[in-house]
Amino acid sequence: MHEQIAANKRKTFLLIVLAIAFLSAIGWIIGYFFLYGGTTGLIIAAILAIGLSLGSYFYGDKVVLRSTGAKKVTPEQEPRLHNVVEGLAIAAGVPKPEVYVVSEMAPNAFATGRDPEHSSIAVTRGLLETMNRVELEGVIGHEMSHVLDRDILVGTVVATVVGAAILLSEIFTRTWFFGGGRRRDSGGGDAGIIGLVLFLLGITLLILAPLAGQLIKLSVSRNREYLADAQGVLLTRYPPGLISALEKIAVAPHAMRAANNATAHLWLDQPSRVQGPQTSAVERLFSTHPPIQERIKRLKEM
Amino acid sequence: MRTETPWSSVRRRYDRPMGAAGWIAIGVVVLVVLWAIWAFNRLVRYRNRADEGWAQIDVQLRRRYDLIPNLIATVQGYAAHEREVFEAVTKARAQAEGATGVAGQADAENAVTAGLRQLLAVAENYPDLKANQNFLALQEELTGTESKIAYARQYYNDQVRLLNTAIESFPSSVLANLFHFTRREFFDIEDAARAPVQVDFEGS
Repeated sequence: MHEQIAANKRKTFLLIVLAIAFLSAIGWIIGYFFLYGGTTGLIIAAILAIGLSLGSYFYGDKVVLRSTGAKKVTPEQEPRLHNVVEGLAIAAGVPKPEVYVVSEMAPNAFATGRDPEHSSIAVTRGLLETMNRVELEGVIGHEMSHVLDRDILVGTVVATVVGAAILLSEIFTRTWFFGGGRRRDSGGGDAGIIGLVLFLLGITLLILAPLAGQLIKLSVSRNREYLADAQGVLLTRYPPGLISALEKIAVAPHAMRAANNATAHLWLDQPSRVQGPQTSAVERLFSTHPPIQERIKRLKEM
Repeated sequence: MRTETPWSSVRRRYDRPMGAAGWIAIGVVVLVVLWAIWAFNRLVRYRNRADEGWAQIDVQLRRRYDLIPNLIATVQGYAAHEREVFEAVTKARAQAEGATGVAGQADAENAVTAGLRQLLAVAENYPDLKANQNFLALQEELTGTESKIAYARQYYNDQVRLLNTAIESFPSSVLANLFHFTRREFFDIEDAARAPVQVDFEGS
């Protein structure tokens, strides 16, 4: 477990470095086309990227909670949820995380924060309504092990950085379509050719941006989910709780309204997935979570 | 005027630059010291965690004691004649509060759990009581506290197992003896205590 925590810290650092480089490159290209020269854009983007990394470390959890529309609840409002979260925090030997509820009917949950001392667990209204106590304990056990292993730090940083990259590339493509490309009009001769090359490069990068974001998220989350399932069950000492919770999630009729590319990897189960026993190979390749049936199978084998 | 004494050969040997054997000896000493620091800190960490675990158990047990009078008062409002049950629970609670030692505490808590189970079984017979908001809130608190006791005990026992293993196994046992680390007792309450008061209401 300590190796996992160390690996997660390394991963976060690497991600932040990559994100700064990546955002700087995007900034340079945007600057080249819109700000009469790449360096200005590069500097602005580098400052933004560093600010974003620091911001995502210290305030990423708040951003994630806000973007999913999670609301903090008191023990008086949700006694059962608070009791279960506190119980599993005791079992894991960490301080009690803050407790949030998302008003979504699809049963789901996620954890965020930078370390066990600054963590939050959010569940959907649908989860509270469909799960009994042992199932809820299974789900919270899974989230608590994400807290324990510092998965939440990687996940939160990825969510904010990828979110920003997607936002930037969207802003760029839209600006370009609606009257951008000033540089190309004013340039002529050699400058025009260089401009064209850079323009193509820029387009490639913009296509790659969301894809790269996807890849980063995939590398972060797939296997972590199996591990968190196993470790969560180690906390509750009751595999049938989580199994039955996952089975209920697998057949839940509701889709998530707040499904969003930047935060998909944080949830207990992928929010956008169309559930069913026949998950296609392509879907399996690009999903942030392992198929829920496979997770249930592995839990049953434990 | 210096003469050859038996000591000069000794001095000469120490004046010579150190050979490979000397460096190896120093290396071994450094390694042993580093290991001792690591092993000592590990023992301290396990002991502190076991203490934390015990403190947490204490907090949760106290919370349960605090719930008992309220619960009795609420049940009494509907089932005043079930005096024996109330008295049994009150007595068990008083004994548990005065209990000493890990094993003594565990025995006393088993009595409290049994009493509470009886109290809730009584409540089963009074539909009005089961619909009472106050009773429902108390029951949720009680269920929550019972499971927190179970989780606190799980954490404490895990830490005690780690501590005891470190104290008993060689070579850390040498350090443990030297610095007077002592084995802790496991907190053994009935396993069934995990589920006793969540019998009803889950489905109904």
